[in-house]
Amino acid sequence: MMSVEDVHTYYGPSHVLHGIDLLLEKGDVISVMGRNGAGKTTLMRTIMGLTPARQGTVGFDGRDITRLKPHDIFRLGIRLVPQGRNVFPKLTVEENLRLALVAQKSADPRSELEKAYDRFPILGQRRQQKVKGLSGGERQMLAIARGLLGKTRILLMDEPSEGLAPLIIRELHDTILEIKTEDITIFLAEQNVKMALSVCDRHYILEKGEIRFTGTTEEMSANKDIMIQTLGVSA
Amino acid sequence: MTVLNGLTMGMVLVLVAGGLSIIFGMLDVLNFAHGSLYMLGGYLGYTLSIATGSFWLALLLAPVGVAMVGFFIEFFTLRPLYGRPPLHHLLLTFGISLIAQNAVKFIWGNDIYSVETPESLTGIVEFLGIAYPTYRLFILLFSIGIAILMWLLITKTRYGIVVRAGTEDIETLEAHGIDTRKVFTGVFILGSALAAIAGAAVAPMRTVYPQMGIDIIIDAFVVVIIGGLGSIRGTVIGALILGQAIQMGAVFLTGFADAAIYIVMAGILLFKPSGLVAESN
Ligand SMILES: Nc1ncnc2c1ncn2[C@@H]1O[C@H](COP(=O)(O)OP(=O)(O)O)[C@@H](O)[C@H]1O
Ligand SMILES: [Mg+2]
Repeated sequence: MMSVEDVHTYYGPSHVLHGIDLLLEKGDVISVMGRNGAGKTTLMRTIMGLTPARQGTVGFDGRDITRLKPHDIFRLGIRLVPQGRNVFPKLTVEENLRLALVAQKSADPRSELEKAYDRFPILGQRRQQKVKGLSGGERQMLAIARGLLGKTRILLMDEPSEGLAPLIIRELHDTILEIKTEDITIFLAEQNVKMALSVCDRHYILEKGEIRFTGTTEEMSANKDIMIQTLGVSA
Repeated sequence: MTVLNGLTMGMVLVLVAGGLSIIFGMLDVLNFAHGSLYMLGGYLGYTLSIATGSFWLALLLAPVGVAMVGFFIEFFTLRPLYGRPPLHHLLLTFGISLIAQNAVKFIWGNDIYSVETPESLTGIVEFLGIAYPTYRLFILLFSIGIAILMWLLITKTRYGIVVRAGTEDIETLEAHGIDTRKVFTGVFILGSALAAIAGAAVAPMRTVYPQMGIDIIIDAFVVVIIGGLGSIRGTVIGALILGQAIQMGAVFLTGFADAAIYIVMAGILLFKPSGLVAESN
C-alpha cells in the first residue's frame, strides 16, 4: 500500500534521513521508534510532502507521490496527526474539524462530525469552545478526530503520547486499539516503547536517520540489546 | 459632526486596512502596493462613471477591474517569492506602487479629477439634530455594510475558517487538503477588490489624484500597526481610532493634522508595544 524506498531528506544543507526503506500493507499497524532527533518527524513530513525527499521515492497504491503537494497527498487519504497536538488554537473545536472536511467534498459533514463526537464525547461537549482552552489530552483527541474524518486510509501519528499524563496515555492507547479494528492503516512514531509495543505489530527502529532494526513485537522483545542500545530502555 | 466624519473616515480605513491586514496575516506579505489598488479603484471609477454615465455601474465594475490587476500581481510577481525574507516582498510591492503611480500619471495625467456625486445622494440630510452631507452618510453606511459582509464571510463560512486557520499556520492547513497557493490568490484578489471599492466610493468626496495611493497606504499601515499585526479585530478598532484622530487633528491641530496620526500611534505603542490586539503566538 505504501512504500518508502531509499529516501534521503534534507533541511537545507543538513542531511537528516539517510536512505530509509519501509513497507506498509493495508491494515498494518506499524511503529517507528527512536530517540529525540532520530528523524521520526522528518520521516512523517517526508511522507506527507511537507519536506519532500531529495532522493528516493515514496509510493502509494503503486503511484509515485514523492513530489506531490501535501494537499494532494491528503486527498489520497493520507492523514498526519502532527507532533505537539498541532491544532488551530484560535478556532473552535468544531471549526478545526470542519477544516479537514473542506477538501473532502464527498463526505457528509454532519454525519462525519457526529461520528467524531461519538468517539470523543468530550469534543462534542466543547464543540463551540476555542481550542486555546483545551487540555493537552483533549487537543490530542481533537488532532486524532480530525485525522479520522472522511476517507482516511493511512493515519500517521507523530508521538501522540508526548507530554501526556499516564491516565490519558492509557485512554490514547485504547483509542488507537479501537482505530486498529476499523481497517485503517496506522503508522505511529513513538519514544514511548511500551505504548508502541502494545499497540503495533511491527516496528522500525530509527537512529540518526537510518533504520537500525525491523521486526515484529516478539522479535523486538526477544532482542532487548538492540532496544537498550538504540532507545536506552528495555521493555 | 467631527465625530461622524471620523467614523466615516474610519470605516473607509477598515476596508483598506482590513485587506492589508488579512494579506499580511496569511501571505506574510506587507503589501506596499495596497494603496495603489485603492488609487486604481478611484481612477477606474472616475473613467467608468464617465464612460457608462452611471456612478453605480462604475462602483461595481472598478473593483472587478482592480481585482484582475490584483490577480496578476499575486500570480506573476508575489508567487515566485513566497518563502523569501519579507524584505523581498516589501521591495517588490514598493516597486509596483511606483510603477502604478507613474502609469496613472501617464494615462490620466497630473490633474485632480472630481467625480460627480450621484444625483440621488446630493444634498444634506438631517438626523439627531445635525445636518450631514447625504453622500458622506452613504459612504458610512455602505462601508459598514461591506464590513459586515466581510465579517460574515470570515466568521460564518468555511472559506472564513480556511482564512483564519491560514493566519495561524499555513503548513498545517496545507497538510489538511487545502491548496494554500489558491487561497493566497483568492485572499489577494479579495483584498484588492476591497481597496478598490473604498477608492471608488470615496472619489466623489475626496477627488482622485496621483498621490492618493501613498496617502492612504500610510494611514493603513498605521492602522495595522496600532491594531496589532495580522489581527482583524485589532484592525477594525485601529481604523476607527485613527479615523477619529485624523478628523480631530484636522479640526483642532490645523496645519499639523498629520501630526495627530503619529501622536496617536506613538501613544498607543508606548503602552501596547505590539498593538491593541496583540497576537499571542
Ligand atoms: N526545520 C529543521 N531545520 C533543520 N534541522 C532540523 C529541522 N527539524 C529537525 N531538524 C533536525 O533533524 C534531525 C531529526 O529531527 P526530527 O525529525 O524532528 O527527529 P525526531 O522527530 O525523531 O525527534 C534532528 O537532528 C533535528 O535537529
Ligand atoms: Mg519528532
